[in-house]
Amino acid sequence: MNTAIKMFLNLVVIGSFSGAVLAGVFSVADPMIRANKEKELKEAIFKVLPEAKNIKTVKKELGAGNPVVVYIGLDETQKPVGVAFKADGVGFQGNVGVMVGLNLDYLKLKGIEILDQTETPGLGDRIRESAFKDQFNGVEAQPMVEYIKYRKPEKPNQIQAITGATISSNAVVSNINKAVEKVLKAFPKAEDLSKAASEEQKQAPEVRHGR
Amino acid sequence: MAGKGLGYEFKKGLWQELPPFRLVLGTCPALAVTNSVVNGIAMGLATLFVLLGANIMVSLLRRFVASQVRIASYIVIIALLVTVTDMFMAAFFPPISKALGPYLPLIIVNCMILGRAEAFAQKNPVLPSIADALGIGIGFLLSLAAMGLIREVLGFGTILHFRVLGDWFEPWIVMILPAGAFLVFGGLVALVNYISSRKAAKAAETARV
Repeated sequence: MNTAIKMFLNLVVIGSFSGAVLAGVFSVADPMIRANKEKELKEAIFKVLPEAKNIKTVKKELGAGNPVVVYIGLDETQKPVGVAFKADGVGFQGNVGVMVGLNLDYLKLKGIEILDQTETPGLGDRIRESAFKDQFNGVEAQPMVEYIKYRKPEKPNQIQAITGATISSNAVVSNINKAVEKVLKAFPKAEDLSKAASEEQKQAPEVRHGR
Repeated sequence: MAGKGLGYEFKKGLWQELPPFRLVLGTCPALAVTNSVVNGIAMGLATLFVLLGANIMVSLLRRFVASQVRIASYIVIIALLVTVTDMFMAAFFPPISKALGPYLPLIIVNCMILGRAEAFAQKNPVLPSIADALGIGIGFLLSLAAMGLIREVLGFGTILHFRVLGDWFEPWIVMILPAGAFLVFGGLVALVNYISSRKAAKAAETARV
């Protein structure tokens, strides 16, 4: 009986002590982590839309529980210069989150940034290197982006996959394609974007992100 | 154990109980993230930090923890340390947190840390436990860096991202894939065993003479 009580107390004390420490650290760290994530998201948007001085967040429901969030980049005169959006999807080991910048004519990508990834260090995580990312600057997004292996791209809608990391390269490309398709469905024409932007004026911009 | 001295507790982790080759614990991170020198060092440093914290806490608590529930208690302590480190890094040093990415959560399941708590820290005072953690941790760091070095040179032809082999060199992609980890790990275990068995044979010979 004595041992049982000792074991019980032992686990209760260690468990509640750990829980308390975690709760304390979390309450301090979580707002900062969120702020860091938000900052990272903003920086990524400005990177994929280099001419933008301002961002406007636009959200549209594409059927129930399927919201499309896009960030419209505006220049000094509040003229739209491009649209950015997040492309999520499964990579080799987990989510690969890509920030995509698209021209307003929906024809060419302006650039991409990798936001989240847990790909293999040294292999798949090379999707973060500019040698890979920069290939997407100006690549044609219609009808879809493609990748080829071991050779330099031949067509204007192609990029070269990283050797030994085809799955990760493919994840980036297919996430982009899926997201472009979704944005096109929600906002078939560029005018829809600017209309939606002015409609949403009153609503507070909301930046959503998964952990 | 007492009386062997702090120097001994520190030094044993560098060869006699060198992880993961002699003390075959912590092989999961050793295989998973050693395809470059930088990755090996990052994992080694993160593990060293958690091992040190875990050894100190387990050693301090060694009189209070009931032996029947000690493993559960140690796991909670290690998980606490790792999670707090993870959140702290993400809040204050986001770039480092991004670079460490998947390594930190992996440390929770590194049985080397549980192994040191069980085999050493729970039976010893704080100072020897610190020496033990530093020795084992640095041994682990060096082993991971060595594995990373071999795999990076053969797999990419680089060391710390600097080209060391010329264009004539065709990288062995297999070395940076999981299969390469097993090849290098097996090779190094064999090498370490060979050296120590020769050492033992020599020592036996001199003893006879």
